[in-house]
Amino acid sequence: MTVTDPVFRDLHSAATSHRGDRIFNRTVTALAFTALLVLAGISIFLGAQAVPVLAELGPSYLTTTAWDLTSTPPDVGIWGMLYGSVLLAVIGLLIAVPAGLLLAVFMVFMAPPKISKALTSLVDLMAAIPSVIIGLWAFYVLTGPAVEWQQLLNEYLGWIPIFQNTSGNFLGTPFIAGFVLAIMMIPIITSISREVLSHTPPELINASEALGCSLWTMLRYVALPYGRGGIVGGIMLGLGRALGETIAIFFVLKIVFEVNWYNIIESGGGSVASLIVSKFGEANAGFETQLLLAAGFFLFLLTLIVNVIANLIVSRTGRMQR
Amino acid sequence: MSTAEFDQSVETLEPSMSGRSPALPIQLTARDISVWFGKRKVLEGVNIDFPKNTVTALIGPSGCGKSTFIRTLNRLHELIPGAALAGEVLYEGKDIYSPDIDPTHIRLNIGMVFQKPNPFPSMSIRGNVLSGLKLSGMKRSNHDDIVEETLTAAGLWNEVKDRLGAHAGELSGGQAQRLVIARALAVQPHVLLMDEPCSALDPASTLKIEETIRELSKDITVIIVTHNMQQAVRVSDYTAFFLAAENEPGHVVEQGPTTDIFSNPRDQRTLDYVNGRFG
Repeated sequence: MTVTDPVFRDLHSAATSHRGDRIFNRTVTALAFTALLVLAGISIFLGAQAVPVLAELGPSYLTTTAWDLTSTPPDVGIWGMLYGSVLLAVIGLLIAVPAGLLLAVFMVFMAPPKISKALTSLVDLMAAIPSVIIGLWAFYVLTGPAVEWQQLLNEYLGWIPIFQNTSGNFLGTPFIAGFVLAIMMIPIITSISREVLSHTPPELINASEALGCSLWTMLRYVALPYGRGGIVGGIMLGLGRALGETIAIFFVLKIVFEVNWYNIIESGGGSVASLIVSKFGEANAGFETQLLLAAGFFLFLLTLIVNVIANLIVSRTGRMQR
Repeated sequence: MSTAEFDQSVETLEPSMSGRSPALPIQLTARDISVWFGKRKVLEGVNIDFPKNTVTALIGPSGCGKSTFIRTLNRLHELIPGAALAGEVLYEGKDIYSPDIDPTHIRLNIGMVFQKPNPFPSMSIRGNVLSGLKLSGMKRSNHDDIVEETLTAAGLWNEVKDRLGAHAGELSGGQAQRLVIARALAVQPHVLLMDEPCSALDPASTLKIEETIRELSKDITVIIVTHNMQQAVRVSDYTAFFLAAENEPGHVVEQGPTTDIFSNPRDQRTLDYVNGRFG
């Protein structure tokens, strides 16, 4: 018996043989690759600036906290700024996650349809406010009351280390900056959580109702586990915005070159993005500009890492549901 | 409600009592139930008694208010926006809509199984059976026994006893529906409402569920909505036939022992329906 190799038919060119389809396919493919090209371009540009800085200063650029270009060798490091960016984001998340989730729950499960619709448009509008406006508003309006809140926190909860304040200066604190970030994250988290929660299968809601459970237990055991993947994704999207936020922080945070580990209502903190914008205008064209671009590179790296972690969390929780 | 309407409903109460064995105590009574969604009246003056530990089938063409009616019996109806209701539902003689009654308590005593099998996909098989206890905060000891008892009663134990930790999403439609029945049984209801429980299932699974229903009716009262005439004949002791004329609310045309409804109906429309001439 002779065995002949099967003759494979061409299945793919047939699908795109139509001229319009061909043009469309190529355009879309090209556009998709543009996104990759832009990402690669940014990485290479920033990375190239970071190389001479790291060659000159070594890893101390990442581990020290200082900005003194006059000494030789220059004493420069962004550790406090990187840490500060994360600290502000964490403060923002601690405020924005509960607030955003509760708002979403109210809109989906409690509010009458008309109010829910109105709130949806308002929240979307809130997301569209430019950060410079939020920064200005925070600078002129929010800081006044925020100083009083912090004084209250210090007075009644001052025995907790994070609410200690020895200087008596409550302006330019990580708390205020984190609060501003929360205001910017809430619309993102709310909007995505609302979308996800509103897709809770009605038959599962029915099931829990028929088992005599309250709204709270339904949320806890049915709606939130069902929407977990999407909600985590929304939170991470908000976090991405928080880490990269520049100008709003610039208005309300006093940047200091020492690490503020946990005194969140003590004046002074760090943020890579705000460092760049505050130094860039007066930086000399040579080494100092490179230092700032290198800072940008590591901020970029930080947000990238956060996004990868977010994707991992989302895909893992997504798999668990199925 | 006008007095005339009320008088009429009292009259219709009488035939519903007749034909039933007086020895059976009544577990659940729907008295003059009318239902509205917004301004639209979808159900008018329904009076049915459900004797303890029997199976009652609610039959009728689509859109005649059977499913709506069954949801008034455990206060799920009120969770739909715009829903309104008149009349009384007496559970062991007490009106379940009276202000001092906790709806949660009612829903635990009067369980429900829906058309589409709806186990919680993120929970295990065991977790699903026990979910009613968890969701309602009900305390029962000996969870292992509960799982075995209820799954056995639902006719699923032998198929899943070796993989109780598996995700409920892995079950077939028929198995999932029996899991849902076990879940409803775990909170020890006295009445089980079933809204077309077999309409999404294959014949073999349907048969298993019907066996389960017969078995369950030894201990609890079952009320089942079905579009399947043979199923009504196979599983039920009593039958109520619902009908809605075009743009009119649905009402009960005839009710009584299942054998009477199917072999010797008094109303011509019932005869036509059970013989498949419409619907």
